Amino acid sequence: MADTADTITGIECPVYLQYHFTAGRAPARFLTRIKEGVLSGQRCPRCSNVYIPPRGSCPACGVPTEEEVELPDKGTVQSFTVVAIPIPNNPIKPPFVVANLVLDGANISFIHLLSECENSEVRIGQRVQAVWKPREEWGYAMDNIRYFRPIDEPDVPVAQIGKLPVTGREG
Amino acid sequence: MQQIAIVAFSQSDCLARAGAANEVELIMPQLQAVYAQVGIDNAQDVDFVCSGSCDYLQGAAFAFVAGVDALGAVPPIKESHVEMDAAWALYEAVLKIRMGHADSALLYGFAKSSSGELPIVLSQQLDPYYLAPLWVDTVSLAALQARLLLESGLASERDMAEVVARSRRNALDNPHARLSGSVSVDELLAEDLFVSPLRRADCAPVADGAAAMIICTVEKAREWGVPYALLSGIDHRIETHNLGMRDLTDSVSTRLAARAAGVEDGPVEVAELYAPFSHQEIILSRALELGDDTRVNPSGGVFAGNLMMASGLSRVGEVFRRIAAGEIRRGVAHATSGPCLQHNLVAVLESAS
Repeated sequence: MADTADTITGIECPVYLQYHFTAGRAPARFLTRIKEGVLSGQRCPRCSNVYIPPRGSCPACGVPTEEEVELPDKGTVQSFTVVAIPIPNNPIKPPFVVANLVLDGANISFIHLLSECENSEVRIGQRVQAVWKPREEWGYAMDNIRYFRPIDEPDVPVAQIGKLPVTGREG
Repeated sequence: MQQIAIVAFSQSDCLARAGAANEVELIMPQLQAVYAQVGIDNAQDVDFVCSGSCDYLQGAAFAFVAGVDALGAVPPIKESHVEMDAAWALYEAVLKIRMGHADSALLYGFAKSSSGELPIVLSQQLDPYYLAPLWVDTVSLAALQARLLLESGLASERDMAEVVARSRRNALDNPHARLSGSVSVDELLAEDLFVSPLRRADCAPVADGAAAMIICTVEKAREWGVPYALLSGIDHRIETHNLGMRDLTDSVSTRLAARAAGVEDGPVEVAELYAPFSHQEIILSRALELGDDTRVNPSGGVFAGNLMMASGLSRVGEVFRRIAAGEIRRGVAHATSGPCLQHNLVAVLESAS
């Protein structure tokens, strides 16, 4: 019988599988619009919540979301964290801020970066706006928006976060 | 023990390619259809949800989790998943109801296998040391099995072509079929060999899509006031991973599952068999000891379109549909998984009246 001298500690079995992956109709629509610099969400026909980015369904109601809603690039910080470790292969240097943001007119947050800010002054309810890459660099990608930065508007009370109309703070 | 009633079933069209649709977009229409059949709103109105899918097929890790977005899981629901055909999700739900942990369950299976090269992808489900590195694809393995069947004199190429011709003819009445039509046995035999002794026509056309079902206790079915079929028996058996150990010309696991499910306890008017290759229908019909009075795959079976991870559940659904419509009183459904009919599930469905 084999003793420890013959122990095999690994074998190489590389696996190569090729896929023509598709994101889905709703994500494809979102990505097509963001290439044009437009943020496009979907409204649930039952609970009226607006989702961005959309996935084609309202996960709360379990019904398809087909109505498209164009949203501004202004939003509110719902939550945030200051990250002290680097993102692998990413030029962004720590410490940087990752935030849950809710766009005006949307009801559900998504995650993006926050910059051009004092990290120590970032807070829930803070108003922010997208900083876009130059138009010629836009692709089918979420990072057409480089990051969000604070804007000079009064904070949104916690109870109001995720409930602002598309017209925003003044709406 | 709780009796199980099947109350709703829906299946998508068998699409060669589902285009841009993602998992959620494939599943939702089928869920909405079964909700409508029993008059409920969403997954909140059943006690348990179980799905069947395989992330390797679409090439996205944890793709099945996205399926939860189709359910309406706010507030949270009781949910489970099998990395298998949804026929096994049905089995899990049956246990759940029989144990008294649920009165109703929603099941669904889905796949978008057109994203990858399915026969190659499935090679990675084989023994990781001896077989997977050789990239032996599923069609080749099925061809080895077909060769054994032919050489042992248990079936002829003509018998296999007859399975294909009958299935395609039956599929003419199946609105979801991807492939149907009248083709003669001689025409099929005149086609070139693909992976010998299989011709392309011997391989069921693979399709993207989804299927959904609702099952419950008989009391719940009466409360909903919908026609139902009784699931009087269900069992599944698996054979060894080692293909060399198995008698590939027989399906011992199907025989055992059929006996345990009670197939022989009454007439089998219809049998819906999940046979991805024509010769496998011959093996399965023998293992189930079906007589001439049984109509095999009146829907066209998976030769109408093989919805990966949903075809097994659809076989049960097809028998349910015919019983609920009063067309038949008793039928058998079969599902398979793994290479060369490795793992088989047999269900017996009966009219409630």
